[in-house]
Amino acid sequence: MESGDTKRKHYLNIENTPQSWLLTLDHKRIGILYLVTILLFFFLGGVAAVLFRLELLTPDAHLVEHETYNRLFTMHGVTMIFFFLIPSIPAVLGNFLLPIMIGARDMAFPRINLASWYVFTAGGLFGLAAIVFGGVDTGWTFYTPYSSTYANSNVILAALGIFIAGFASIMTGLNFIVTIHKMRAPGLTWFRLPLFIWGQYATAIIMILGTPVIAITVLLVGIERLFGVGIFDPAIGGDPLLFQHLFWFYSHPAVYIMILPGMGVISEVIACFSRKRIFGYHVVAFSSLAIAILGFFVWGHHMFVSSQSMYAGMIFSILSFLVAIPSAIKVFNWTATLYKGSISLDTPMLYALGFIGLFTIGGLTGLFLATMAINIHVHDTYFVVAHFHYVMVGGMLMAFLGGIHFWWPKMFGRMYPEAWGRFAAIVIFVGFNLTFFPQFILGYLGMPRRYHVYPEEFQVLNVMSTAGASILGAGYLMVFVYLVWSLFKGRRSVSNPWCAAGLEWRVSSPPPQHNFKKAPVVDRDAYDYTDEDVYKSDYDSGGTSDG
Amino acid sequence: MDIGIPLFPEQASDLARDVDMLFFFLIAVSMFFVFLIGALLIYFIVKFRRRSNADRPDATRSHAGLEIAWTVIPLILTMIMFVWGAVLFFKQSRPPSDAMEILVVGKQWMWKIQHPTGHTEINELHVPLGQPVKLNMTSEDVIHSFYVPAFRVKMDVLPGRYTTAWFTPNRTGRFHLFCAEYCGTEHSKMVGSVNVLTPVEYERWLAGEVGDTPADTPVEAGRRLFTQLGCATCHHPDAGALGPDLAGVFGSEVTLADGRTVVADEDYLRQSILDPRATLVDGYEPIMPTFRGLVNEQQLMQLISYIKSLGDAGETGEGM
Ligand code: HEC
Ligand SMILES: [Cu+2]
Ligand SMILES: [Cu+2]
Repeated sequence: MESGDTKRKHYLNIENTPQSWLLTLDHKRIGILYLVTILLFFFLGGVAAVLFRLELLTPDAHLVEHETYNRLFTMHGVTMIFFFLIPSIPAVLGNFLLPIMIGARDMAFPRINLASWYVFTAGGLFGLAAIVFGGVDTGWTFYTPYSSTYANSNVILAALGIFIAGFASIMTGLNFIVTIHKMRAPGLTWFRLPLFIWGQYATAIIMILGTPVIAITVLLVGIERLFGVGIFDPAIGGDPLLFQHLFWFYSHPAVYIMILPGMGVISEVIACFSRKRIFGYHVVAFSSLAIAILGFFVWGHHMFVSSQSMYAGMIFSILSFLVAIPSAIKVFNWTATLYKGSISLDTPMLYALGFIGLFTIGGLTGLFLATMAINIHVHDTYFVVAHFHYVMVGGMLMAFLGGIHFWWPKMFGRMYPEAWGRFAAIVIFVGFNLTFFPQFILGYLGMPRRYHVYPEEFQVLNVMSTAGASILGAGYLMVFVYLVWSLFKGRRSVSNPWCAAGLEWRVSSPPPQHNFKKAPVVDRDAYDYTDEDVYKSDYDSGGTSDG
Repeated sequence: MDIGIPLFPEQASDLARDVDMLFFFLIAVSMFFVFLIGALLIYFIVKFRRRSNADRPDATRSHAGLEIAWTVIPLILTMIMFVWGAVLFFKQSRPPSDAMEILVVGKQWMWKIQHPTGHTEINELHVPLGQPVKLNMTSEDVIHSFYVPAFRVKMDVLPGRYTTAWFTPNRTGRFHLFCAEYCGTEHSKMVGSVNVLTPVEYERWLAGEVGDTPADTPVEAGRRLFTQLGCATCHHPDAGALGPDLAGVFGSEVTLADGRTVVADEDYLRQSILDPRATLVDGYEPIMPTFRGLVNEQQLMQLISYIKSLGDAGETGEGM
């Protein structure tokens, strides 16, 4: 990872002692710390998925016991959601890019930023402990009174992990909001911001408003479990539905934490690879805010069959349809952006296009779930599983991978191998669809989720799904291998390998420690591809970076 | 459709057909948009691919007409989905008044079922063709969910309260019954089947040619409990009774001591028995003891069945 110009100092090589990493206040290094940490959790969650997909090859139990199976899907859900997806784009790409994109030298609160990583890691260790000491068997949803009274697995450890990691989210959200408000370069008005920033801003709002609720909720589960205080268990005077209200009050908005930042990435990538300003910039920006706000009022769509009142159900249903509209608007605007563009299909763009396709399917199947009469049938079946994987894996993970490829040269100063990149993107797309499309059919047929053993007629579709998962897994491995390889052997990158507009491409790759020697002044809109400067392959001219 | 892979679930109730119609409408809308977006993406990618690095794209920034169109059209379509879905949902949530009532108690990891005739079954439910069936359900431990895909019926089964579901089977056969809410270790074994029989077969089944001989009906069992537990000492129609007359109380409006008025549904009766202080009736002393721990879920349901059977005033003493 030495810089090409051995003299040039950048954030990676400026100092390389363990302390210089563990005590760093540099937002870029903190982003890298997060990257390494969440990859570990992604790996754990992935291993669990591989194991239970193998188990599901046959209708009866052939590999593991019921108890193990239940722990595997819980481990998959908890690690993937709380310790991978939620921090994925915000804490890695957001931390790395946000200050550079707005022309700042760092976050508003670099120490809080570092603290967030420690807090997150501490939460993660509790999560790990829960797994190591035998796992948790409640599902990532922790429904009461099962989790609070009946389960005899490490609920408390896992709940503590989630409780602690939540504070990392809050710190990150706080930092983003203050940074975006206070530290934009001169001339960088709100409507000149890249849409990635709008996405992060909307996400940050959800993080600080929603996360306290999940923290309180898991705490209450802990209190009931440890001290027998009747909160959720009706046998001791509690109300089991209260938990579901509190849980989904956070966890529905949280699905937007798991997609809004991805949408931001997609806007950047599509603009760059079609060399156009995102069509309807203002609409796309505001739709992120609309999603963040409306997203707080739809939680009851998870509870249509929970014995919630019919009338409450109606309100939640109509609001859920409304929250779908801004997402639809985004998809249309991205598509329209391609019109009369100059499109090239590099790896990040393949992921972006994959995102549009898969997110469209994910979003449309969300309408099925918002339709109360259909929800009754498909709630808690594989239909739901397929739906949220289309959104969260087909959407967020595709965006994450697209973003990682897009900014890889910026982060590490090296190019990944483009041919391998495209090949892996296609493998992942195919594997993903083969894994999850059959699950829509399984769900409508009536196969409930979280079933270890199942009736024989569901086997063929399950085998297809497992086959797809193997392809998907192979695709991820491929990406991992060539990315690591490229750190050492990849072609060196210039400052702006994609000819992209955006301040982050005006600093050298990798960026210097303090990003900008002199604060840049912004005098134009985002995605200004009419600017000839953008097309110079390397405009690392003086002034903007201290290279 | 015989390609070895099932693609569509059986339809075995009237509502199943209605739900599927709506489902197909959503499929059609979805396919339209998926193909529209897919076709546009492919067309644009081919048409506007970068031919040389000197390509300079068009600088169109936005178009108000288009933005309005793709806001309003999806809005209209989703509102159609909403209304259609809500109308059907109301139908799914409101059992007809002539429905046969069956008691269902879920517990880790089995379904206990009792017919109005007193027949009990475990993980099996026999019902006659064409007869609306209403399930009164509760759980002894955690949350479960009663799910029969062929009827497109699902309802959570909660501890501490009653929920209902209903269906009218329109095809004979054996259909899956699943627990759909994760409830612990053997969740995926909390399954069974619903057997839809012709009315004649159903009579034979009731007559004990298949299955067990019946015990008491829930109402009879409830009446016996009412006496055994001493409810009748306070609840009788005579003047000076310590407790209110329970005849006709079900479905009526009750004024509570704290001024609230509530409709006496199953959940109210349940609470009156388990936690009488919380639902103190206006004008009475808080002398009724709690019966929590003295009756199990099934007995509670039987007591409630009995109270419900006491139509008009004047019949309370009957069981004594
Ligand atoms: C010691 C006398 C006593 C006994 C025994 C008793 N109750 Fe009561 N019950 C009362 C009184 C007094 C009230 C009205 C005050 C209240 O709501 O607690 C009442 C209220 C009720 C109500 C609400 C009636 C309404 O009009 O809303 C129900 C239902 C009920 N009891 C059922 C039962 C059942 C079933 C049993 C037996 C398992 C039982 N009670 C045993 C005294 C008694
Ligand atoms: Cu939701
Ligand atoms: Cu279950």
